[in-house]
Amino acid sequence: MAVGTPVVTADIPEVAERGRWLRTVVEFCRARPLGAIGAAIVAVNLLVALTAGWIAPYDPLATDYGAMLAAPSASHWLGTDAFGRDVLTRILYGSRTAMLVGFVAALVGATLGAVIGVASAYFGGKTDLAIQRVMDIFLAFPLIILALAVVSILGNGIGNVIVAITIPMIPRAALVTRSSALAIREMPYVDAARASGFRHSRIIMRHMLPNVMASYLIMLTAFLGQAILLEASLSFLGLGVAEPTPAWGLMLRGAAVQFAEAAPWMAIFPGLAISLAVFAFNLFGDSLRDALDPRLRAQ
Amino acid sequence: MARYIVKRLLLMIPTLVGVAVIIFLLMRVVPGDVVELRFAGESSFASKETLDLERKRLGLDKPLFKQFVEWMGGIARLDFGTSMWTGAPITEEIRLRFALSLQLAIMATVIAVLLAIPLGVLAALRQDTWVDYAVRIFSIAGLATPSFWLGIVFILGLLIIFKWLPPMVYTPFWVNPWQNMLQLIWPALAVGYRYSAVATRMTRSAMLEVLREDYIRTARAKGLWQRLILSRHALKNAMLPVLTVVALEFAFLMGGLVVTEQVFNLNGLGNLFVESVAHRDYTLTQALVLLVAFVFIFVNFLVDLAYAWIDPRIRFR
Amino acid sequence: MQRRMALVIVLVAAIAVAGVLPSVAQQPRSGGELVFVVPSNPPSYDAHREETFGVIHPMAPFYSTLLRTDPTDKTGTKVVPDLAESWTISKDARTYTLKLRHGVKFHDGSEFTSKDAKATYDKIIFPPEGVASNRKGEYVDVEAVQAPDPYTVVFRLKHPSGSFLNSLASPWNWIYKADLLAKDMRWYESHIMGTGPFMFVEHVKGSHFVGKKNPNYWDKGKPYLDGFRAIIMTDSAAQVAAIRGERAMIQFRGFSPAERDSLVNALGNKITVQESPWNCVILVAMNHDKKPFDDKRVRKALTLALDRYQGAAALSKIAIVKEVGGVQVPGTPFATPPAELEKLAGYGRDVAKNRAEAKRLLKEAGVPDGFSFTYTNRGVPMPYEPVGVWLIDQWRQIGLNVKQTVTESAKHYAELRGGNFETASDFQCGYTVEPDLDLYKFTSKDRNSANYSRYVDRELDELYEKQGRATNVDERKKFVREFERRLLDDEVHYIYTPQWHRIIPHNSKVHGWTITPSHYLNQQLDTVWLSE
Repeated sequence: MAVGTPVVTADIPEVAERGRWLRTVVEFCRARPLGAIGAAIVAVNLLVALTAGWIAPYDPLATDYGAMLAAPSASHWLGTDAFGRDVLTRILYGSRTAMLVGFVAALVGATLGAVIGVASAYFGGKTDLAIQRVMDIFLAFPLIILALAVVSILGNGIGNVIVAITIPMIPRAALVTRSSALAIREMPYVDAARASGFRHSRIIMRHMLPNVMASYLIMLTAFLGQAILLEASLSFLGLGVAEPTPAWGLMLRGAAVQFAEAAPWMAIFPGLAISLAVFAFNLFGDSLRDALDPRLRAQ
Repeated sequence: MARYIVKRLLLMIPTLVGVAVIIFLLMRVVPGDVVELRFAGESSFASKETLDLERKRLGLDKPLFKQFVEWMGGIARLDFGTSMWTGAPITEEIRLRFALSLQLAIMATVIAVLLAIPLGVLAALRQDTWVDYAVRIFSIAGLATPSFWLGIVFILGLLIIFKWLPPMVYTPFWVNPWQNMLQLIWPALAVGYRYSAVATRMTRSAMLEVLREDYIRTARAKGLWQRLILSRHALKNAMLPVLTVVALEFAFLMGGLVVTEQVFNLNGLGNLFVESVAHRDYTLTQALVLLVAFVFIFVNFLVDLAYAWIDPRIRFR
Repeated sequence: MQRRMALVIVLVAAIAVAGVLPSVAQQPRSGGELVFVVPSNPPSYDAHREETFGVIHPMAPFYSTLLRTDPTDKTGTKVVPDLAESWTISKDARTYTLKLRHGVKFHDGSEFTSKDAKATYDKIIFPPEGVASNRKGEYVDVEAVQAPDPYTVVFRLKHPSGSFLNSLASPWNWIYKADLLAKDMRWYESHIMGTGPFMFVEHVKGSHFVGKKNPNYWDKGKPYLDGFRAIIMTDSAAQVAAIRGERAMIQFRGFSPAERDSLVNALGNKITVQESPWNCVILVAMNHDKKPFDDKRVRKALTLALDRYQGAAALSKIAIVKEVGGVQVPGTPFATPPAELEKLAGYGRDVAKNRAEAKRLLKEAGVPDGFSFTYTNRGVPMPYEPVGVWLIDQWRQIGLNVKQTVTESAKHYAELRGGNFETASDFQCGYTVEPDLDLYKFTSKDRNSANYSRYVDRELDELYEKQGRATNVDERKKFVREFERRLLDDEVHYIYTPQWHRIIPHNSKVHGWTITPSHYLNQQLDTVWLSE
């Protein structure tokens, strides 16, 4: 099925540029300020995730029944939650969960998808047809059921949430890379390589993979944002990570909704954290797409 | 064209069978069953014999293969059976919820398209100016806002500012359009915003491509409106990827709006999904998954037809 | 925050006074439609086989039971007549004879007689082959149900019982029509037809139920309402919004303290709050088949680690729990008085001492510091989540590193039944406070399949039987007390967390409904009326 001519297919970049990294970065920032802002926020987020242990003012698990639902103050900048736990601390630690889930799910999902997509395009014929049918099945399968099933079978926990988020990403990534790869597959030099008897793996590694790199990168950044949002949604539904692990979606669940008026800081700040992170990834990803796809470049 | 349509329709069957096999097995791998849940719940007097008796009645003691064949046989006769949890016919369980989900999906789509096309075109025409930036920030913000969060803000806003709450019970449009709209317009707006974000971005990049077409480039000197008018002809092609995104999103809305439905108390398919899995209602879950998969495949089929209609080469691939 | 809390307390107090006075002074007014929220989607229509209040709330108004608990009794323990007008108990407490009301009509116009009562109870206690009855176990002591004449029904028991009247007042035992059952035992799973104060109008799946007044209800002048509309709404935020937006008047299960406060803040005296201890409690099951929980020193350490009084006070602000209790709801006839309760392990006020003792016991049992185990919690937000977070935090205080796994209900019960956990949240909830019902689940695992801690304790079984057959109240109290000490202190088979607390903030227009310790009770709605 040519179905779901996928979301990102329309932008198959021709050749990814290489080298002169620094200059590229500087140029990117100047030409695409929005993208640069996004990248900066992502970098800060990553930094926070890495250093949460040092910069967080409290222990994320430390309860304080004397300071339950305390409003933002000098001692608790963003207030405390229903157990008297410091909201700022839990947001800082929560970025660990978000980044871990986001990066692992997006990397694994996009990479596996890319491998399947490239292989499907390269071998063509029956193999392609078979792979496409399997991918169709997974595409048509409702996402929420997949997540529900994975969590019911494996239980809550970061690892299982990653699995639940990654599985639906694979067929989507496969579709995108397949169509990019198909275009390259038709290139004369690939035919030449096959004719001169190079091994399949070598042709795929040398010629096909580098050329689908751009669409892979675009997809990766899109998936990153999606994965973080999905993790938050699943946690909100009680299908994500379990307490007392600090996680943004989990912080929005339960007490945050009940105290939405009396203690709005419990809902506002984790909500902002999610939005900001997803916003940043998308901003960066969008600009990356504009930059990598020659057809979208401004003249 | 007719041959192409038949071929495409036939290709749906293996996909649907694949989905059926997976959901059938998946539900049985998930621990716990409907009998356990019904009888081991809040009191503790049910004996193991009672549980086994009930399993037998539901046919859960039969070999898996037999259960599957019986289920498939039923579907071939368009008989989806009865819900294991409520005992009511599946069609009765699904009908009204399907109507609600369908209507909501259509409303959200209309809102999304009405927002996305003008915004996307505008952003493309003014690429890399503040207009472009504003549109992009607006649309990315839509992607970045968790829908459950937005829903809660909506409801609280209506309650606090207007001291008013949308109706809680679904009235079909043909019964009372005003009540119907009063209830569904809010979730449609909340969902439509996010949805429009996806479509806006796609419109923008599709438009950018169109604007690179040679004949439009040559007309560049003639100014903005001429470019727009010129590009109208090319817009038909450019709108295909947008159509794809809209269609995919539409299919997703049919069963994926769990949290929105909860927050706005909508009696739709998303909630039914979660409940049927929670109850281990095998028959209902299986029917729902098939239904949603069918909607997805069918919508994509329509998109493909549109492609084939616009670009005849596709038909002969 | 402090000020806001104080304000809320003043408001609640003012409203409580304001709300109670008029209902005493005012005459019930007829008419109007009660709109209420049901927080659960009911499965089949047959209360004999279902377990959820989602069946009781929208459908109990369509039915009657033989006896019922007094709708004005806050303790929910006083048994009064319903379809049976009087009863006698034989001297040996083994024969219960009920005299039935004359002239009671089913909604189809046919007359109710003892044949229907017998058919109903036979379905529950002695179901025909192939029909599963969920509550058979509750009535194992019944030898026979007899209908000697059309207006008498007799229950013969194998042993004397002090609590059987309560069982006959069970809100689950709706009286069905014998002829319909004779035709199809499963008829009532998909149809509704009773003798209750309201008649069934419609049920839209997943959406709502509608009932209208039964003009031929046996209790003349009742019901007061013209009808009711029960709206199914699973999300708690949506429920609160419905009450707040005055789209619904009441939700009969309960709200959290935060939800109560937000309603009172928003609506002031338009809201009346009723509260009661709730006969539900989260238990910690400790799997005796898994090391080190086979060692009672370890189990005792786990209960000693809990600062119950501080915990109950803190949790009562954020969750639907409030008081520290033993095996009976605090304040009820068989409950252990607080001073004596403090003698049980982990119930003492000196927390530092308890925790030192806990650490000593762990050391003695060879459990290393920082020992890690899993607490499997049922994935129900309220109050499982806050109680779970609290437990884990408490165990952390004695150097235990506890991981939480959250499992959704179906899986949770599969894991509990399969013994596939170390420690887990378990749950006990009864329709009336009555030791026979409340203690049954703690009998040995070979006697009841809901013993998830998986132990065999014959001494406990014996105490259960002794208290059930004691006809003298003081004697029964003594056995219940002994049972409690063995269960929670000597052996620590289970751990009790704070007692649930039921909070019903409702529209002040609603009168004639009294909160009880059970959300299964008092839902016939015949006494409910609406003021202008």
